[in-house]
Amino acid sequence: MTAEQILFLLTGALILGSALMVVATRKLLHAALWLVAALFGVAILYAILQASFLAVVQVVVYIGAIAILFIFAVMLTRREMRDQGQQTRTNWWIAALLGLLILAGLVFLILAVPGADRLPAALPEGLDTVRALGNALVSPEAYVLPFEVASVLLLAALVGAVYIASVGKKD
Amino acid sequence: MLLEYAAIAAFIFVTILVGFIAIILGMLFGPKKSTDVKAMPYESGMNPIGPGTRRMPVRFYLIAVLFILFDIETVFLLPWAIVFRKLGVFGLVEMAVFIAILLVGYIYAWKKGALEWD
Repeated sequence: MTAEQILFLLTGALILGSALMVVATRKLLHAALWLVAALFGVAILYAILQASFLAVVQVVVYIGAIAILFIFAVMLTRREMRDQGQQTRTNWWIAALLGLLILAGLVFLILAVPGADRLPAALPEGLDTVRALGNALVSPEAYVLPFEVASVLLLAALVGAVYIASVGKKD
Repeated sequence: MLLEYAAIAAFIFVTILVGFIAIILGMLFGPKKSTDVKAMPYESGMNPIGPGTRRMPVRFYLIAVLFILFDIETVFLLPWAIVFRKLGVFGLVEMAVFIAILLVGYIYAWKKGALEWD
């Protein structure tokens, strides 16, 4: 096994373990903190895939902003912070079985794609991925339309958030 | 390739280590007497106002949402800024359109008083 494979397996274990804790822990705030650990694992995955910019964005946006949003959302709720109820139902095994079935289906589908069992070629030496991304964002042959549409999406989210959160307030 | 991240990995490792050392030293040598003052929720040194698990005002959430949106705007700005000189006027116009659309939302939030804390 190469160092990258070992790192990948460790990261996978970190993500899966943290994700399991997110749904298994009884305290909502702890769940949010475990989610941060899982998101950080995804950032490591991006780093392994040589997507350094995406790894930084993952940390800045997901851990720095979205996890904070989740924590605020938890603090907005009233008495749901400590859940004392039963954590499993009697038919939990049906859900587990279904989950495994879906996983098997996904693995089957992915293996059917030609070349799925081969490692992707490494990026050419000296390629600056951030520079390439910057070029692609504004060049008409690449992503200029999605880039401009993204601003409309952000605008919609902004207006929606401001409108909903200031309901009932006189302006 | 991954060796480039060795410095970050070392940084994270030392951070976690220092945290553990601080907790373990406190556990080993600190007095274990619990007083009412000690059990208080920590609120930056002042006496806490109400219980620690009370509901927070929705304004925190609004600020967090606004932060995410402008955070994502920055994410788009960064790769653009790196190649800005090569792109010339065309790139400048592209980004001006992008920012102008977001500016509309910013003005809306401003006029609605979402940036005020009363």
